[in-house]
Amino acid sequence: MITIKICKPLQGSQGEMDLDIDIHIEKHAFVALSGKSGSGKTTLLRVLAGLESAEGNIKVNDLVWQDETKTLATQKRGIGFVFQDYALFANMSVEHNLLYVCKDKALAKHLLEMTELYGLKDRLVQGLSGGQKQRVSLCRAMMNRPQLLLMDEPLSALEPTMRSKLQHDILALHKEFGTTTIMVSHDPSEIYRLAQRVIVLDQGKVVEDSCTKEVLLKTQGSQKFSLRGELLDIIQADVIHIAVIAIGQQIVEVVLDEEEAKSYHVGESVQVSTKAFSPSLSKV
Amino acid sequence: MNFSLLDLEPFFLSFKLAGITTLILFIVAMPISWWLSQTRCKCKPFIEAVTSLPIVLPPSVLGFYILYSLSYNSPIGAFFEETFGIKLVFNFTGLVIASCFYSFPFMVQPLQGGFESLNKNMLEASYIAGKSWFQTLIYIALPNIKPAVLTGLVVTFAHTVGEFGVVLMVGGSIPGETKVASVAIYEFVEVMDYSQAHIYSAIMLIMSFVVLLGVSVFNRRHNKRIGVR
Repeated sequence: MITIKICKPLQGSQGEMDLDIDIHIEKHAFVALSGKSGSGKTTLLRVLAGLESAEGNIKVNDLVWQDETKTLATQKRGIGFVFQDYALFANMSVEHNLLYVCKDKALAKHLLEMTELYGLKDRLVQGLSGGQKQRVSLCRAMMNRPQLLLMDEPLSALEPTMRSKLQHDILALHKEFGTTTIMVSHDPSEIYRLAQRVIVLDQGKVVEDSCTKEVLLKTQGSQKFSLRGELLDIIQADVIHIAVIAIGQQIVEVVLDEEEAKSYHVGESVQVSTKAFSPSLSKV
Repeated sequence: MNFSLLDLEPFFLSFKLAGITTLILFIVAMPISWWLSQTRCKCKPFIEAVTSLPIVLPPSVLGFYILYSLSYNSPIGAFFEETFGIKLVFNFTGLVIASCFYSFPFMVQPLQGGFESLNKNMLEASYIAGKSWFQTLIYIALPNIKPAVLTGLVVTFAHTVGEFGVVLMVGGSIPGETKVASVAIYEFVEVMDYSQAHIYSAIMLIMSFVVLLGVSVFNRRHNKRIGVR
């Protein structure tokens, strides 16, 4: 069980705010941390890692990491951290990046084999692709068998196919090591696939904290499906108006009457839902 | 021009002085420049200004203060001579001390610049891996700033070989003890022995050029290896 009760003044996107967090995380859980940019997600991870200071208490499996009297140094927390920009040791080979953390050659070999990187073990990390670098970073984070793994938007710089491969690797490692994991992510499919619980931050406060399905599934009442998107344009065509909406990577059109068209503004977040018809599914 | 009569001792002395100064400064300046690159302390601008002083200070001013602080009449000079029997001025020891002050910013600034250019997350990844600041400095930071290290070493060495004002004030011109190459050239010109002055100056010029060319070639190769054009 991880208990986090911290407070830290922050300079957010809308001026001064307080990062004020009071949460408990079960052992072996996989928690996704979501929210707008500047809401305090990365700061929370950095405070947990001991890279930034904050007031309050952090307790991990009966060990006090921080209270009023002491703060455990980053080096002694035994965590794994996966950075968005990989942060690999540029002067070392793939294998040495892992062995620098812990001289356990067998574990390094096992991790590299799991992530299909063993063939590249002697290569310098500069020559690797983004996906390969992030897999090395993931393996490196697991080398000290951490009791807490922190990941700060680990897959956001990667293209969709590589994301999917990395998600599979993260899931496999989580299953094998049972590490309690907190991952910052904005991608609903990624969160749904990996996490059991989502914590949404806004202006430094927890605004939603529930199981993944409850937070991500947006249908209400008898709605068959409901999708959130951004209104890109409203085009007038004879007597009707057509709203062009971006939903994820797709663009859809929805017909509006004149009154409705007036009430919406381009750039707004909108919800597209239907009740009367059952959506059908076909392979593409 | 008779090359067999060429007295090479001032060159040996210059290189010995530059070598020892560079070694001492590398060891002393490394933790200081690391601290300067990592600290958010409010006193940082003050410390940076102090460490940069020798760049702008006239060598005669620096030499005068060093002479004044280390001579037998000063508390420091008297303490060293009475306790250890070591004279700190007008000998080689005095030259090394003066050179360390004089060349200090030429070692600190390249190293600090190199450390500051490092990816902060990479250093934090090392701390998260359980490594101390010293292990991070030795195993991660230094190997990733090789061009800056080489620049610091070479510029410090070359700057010490080329120093004149401070050396003359603190060391004088004692043959075999404090008469370095730059002082020897000055004395040749003073007695109008231009042929010797030409030979000494040409040797200094060629060596300086070769060293700087070497640094440039190394940095080019290093950048190519890590994928920076």
